[in-house]
Amino acid sequence: MMKELLMGNEAIACGLIEAGCQVATAYPGTPSTEILQAVIDRRDTAIEPLYSEWSVNEKVAFEVALAASYTGKRCAVVMKQVGLNVAADPFMRTAYIGVKGGMVTIVADDPGPHSSQNEQDTRLFCLQARVPVLDPVSPAEAKAMVSTAFELSEKYELNVVLRPTTRICHSRQNITPTSPLKLARVADFQRDPTRWAATPAFLPQLHRKLNASLEQIAVEPALQPRLIEGDGSCARTALVASGIAYSNLVDLIDDLGLSSKIDLYQVLMPYPLSPTFVRSLHENYDRVLILEETYPVIELQLAHAGAVGKQSGAVPREGELTPDIMHQVVAGFLGLPAPEEAPGERRGQRPSLCPGCPHRAAFYSIKQCFPKGIFPSDIGCYTLGMNLGAVNTVHCMGACISQGAGFYHAYQQDGDVPTIVVTIGDSTFFHAGIPALINAVIQQARIIVVILDNATTAMTGGQPVPHMGVAAGGQPTKAVAIEPLVRASGVEFLEVCDPYDKHAFEALLLQADAYIRSPEGGVAVLISRHGCVMDRKVLKSQESFLVTINDKCIGCRKCVDAFECPALLMDSDGNMALVNQDRCIGCGICLPVCPVDAIIKEKKS
Amino acid sequence: MKQQIIVSGIGGQGVLFLTRVIAQVAVNRGMPVLTAETHGMAQRGGTVLSTVKVGDFASPLIRSGQADVGLLLWEANLQVHASLLKNSGVLLINSDTAEKGERIDASAIARDLGNAVLSNLVLLGLAVRRQALFCSAEECQAAIRQLAPAKFVEQNLAAFHKGLGSGDADSLTDR
Repeated sequence: MMKELLMGNEAIACGLIEAGCQVATAYPGTPSTEILQAVIDRRDTAIEPLYSEWSVNEKVAFEVALAASYTGKRCAVVMKQVGLNVAADPFMRTAYIGVKGGMVTIVADDPGPHSSQNEQDTRLFCLQARVPVLDPVSPAEAKAMVSTAFELSEKYELNVVLRPTTRICHSRQNITPTSPLKLARVADFQRDPTRWAATPAFLPQLHRKLNASLEQIAVEPALQPRLIEGDGSCARTALVASGIAYSNLVDLIDDLGLSSKIDLYQVLMPYPLSPTFVRSLHENYDRVLILEETYPVIELQLAHAGAVGKQSGAVPREGELTPDIMHQVVAGFLGLPAPEEAPGERRGQRPSLCPGCPHRAAFYSIKQCFPKGIFPSDIGCYTLGMNLGAVNTVHCMGACISQGAGFYHAYQQDGDVPTIVVTIGDSTFFHAGIPALINAVIQQARIIVVILDNATTAMTGGQPVPHMGVAAGGQPTKAVAIEPLVRASGVEFLEVCDPYDKHAFEALLLQADAYIRSPEGGVAVLISRHGCVMDRKVLKSQESFLVTINDKCIGCRKCVDAFECPALLMDSDGNMALVNQDRCIGCGICLPVCPVDAIIKEKKS
Repeated sequence: MKQQIIVSGIGGQGVLFLTRVIAQVAVNRGMPVLTAETHGMAQRGGTVLSTVKVGDFASPLIRSGQADVGLLLWEANLQVHASLLKNSGVLLINSDTAEKGERIDASAIARDLGNAVLSNLVLLGLAVRRQALFCSAEECQAAIRQLAPAKFVEQNLAAFHKGLGSGDADSLTDR
């Protein structure tokens, strides 16, 4: 077959289809999202039935795939690193109970982090969960490791983790697709309560079996660290790396003219680490440099007296191991001239909500109505509401509603409670917001919950949400609406409004505030409903005006700073605001922001 | 042949598409290629950087002072990304001001064609005209035809030709 330019995530998707995966589930999250998307886009290349779903959250996704594996079919679940925290409960038990058909859990880590709330290392999670984990160095290897993982999973009847990082997921490489395997499996669940429903009585034995399997897996010949031998000029010295750090290292030592001068090991499976490898490093080397992202997982298991790495302090413990950082580390380790100090990291322009984003309108109104409010928010595009001063906390999926309640109970003890306005996206609400909402209601918190309903999972590129009635792949399914869920959670103040209608939206916010402060008050929910303007259908359905700024502008910067639309900027002298017509979508929601009515809109000719 | 290229801009400017076009040319030639891209939060108008490494490399990332070519769609990114370039590297900038480096007002040209996002291919055209890249105009056109949605192919090619021919869409045939 012809080579194709594939993103790492697409390569993994090809690997899943080629390995005969029949059930694939995921909750979107950067940098993992494109994996399931590519499975859906390429489902026609599968030769056997292939079911895929965007699940409501990672725990659900994991459990759906797990049961499918009990029937003997190959299955996969995909998530980002913090998604594994959500799926931790079934993930931990699965290590003991095992699987039947091959099960691969693909967890994409985000060293840096680039687009996450932390840079936790899934390999360390696997060490604590006792789950084998593979660490690919390139998109091509990530694809190849999918079938390795399935084979390992079926040989030992264990869940296996594939851990790509952002630089694997979002890299592209020319890769040759191959023909899918035809496994011809029929669902056949063999009942075995001592395993699938194992009570504590059966668990010590299952745990013992797991530990025995891990010992065998650690010495699997195909998964031993690979050595590129040096010529002996750096005696008793070795470089050990895994993941993208290994690839960076290969290019670096090539640049430095050190290729084939020093022993270089690639660790394919950081856990369980091969005991033969550990022994050989202890016996044959005095000094070992270990390069891995993000936590010292190999280094911990090596326990080598001559180890140089994150624990010894020679390798930075935080952030990505960029080629520049690796150059400094390797030069230090080998006594080479230190590279010129790389310029400190500069972030450049910060991201913003898009021009015309309905969230901006909602945040602006919230901040206007309650200048002294407390604003817990959540994970998604709308985190960027912090640019408008309308987001005070961001923690993890669904946390904002519980945090809002926590703020309420702490302030309430002292009497004077500021207005607490929580903002949560529609997808996040379904993911983890509902239990928090029920809890806030029954614990009698008095908070305003604004559900920012833009009818999509916008941050990750527009995956379907439960209230739209569209399944993965676009086919129709039952829609589960937000309003009845909110009412069934015991909420008695529920309103819906388009935040583009500033006047009506602010009136409802004030009504909600009066409600939560009234004797019978409780949780008030306001659904801020307007489609995401990244969706072309939304953009086409709303009127677009020619928005300009006339000479009444007094240069107060309110539209530029407080409203923060990327299509508004100051002229080169800083005297007047102007509209960048390349970026303006003509929504006109900035008009009421101007104190002197200098922003005007006209019908487009 | 080995070449290391950076493509720098802000989210929404078509950095990813430009990166893919360059990488696709390498694929079509049968050369190994690796790219690294920015996805996620930064795509909402923040600074984004793509790297392309053509030839025998293991990693898609580029060390400071190693890039052969820099394509900058957003001038303000100079201070963030210029240090990736070699001293002898070629820098091409989308800008309406005349300062250091090779500049072209790609956004204005693209706006004339109907969409400011097309500045990415205008800049690519200029890079090919300056023979900064490993590839030819014909190869880029083939890759654009492969990757652009059918109804935008002609518009994309027109933008590329504008950069290639300094505003003269017919100049390709004269080269």
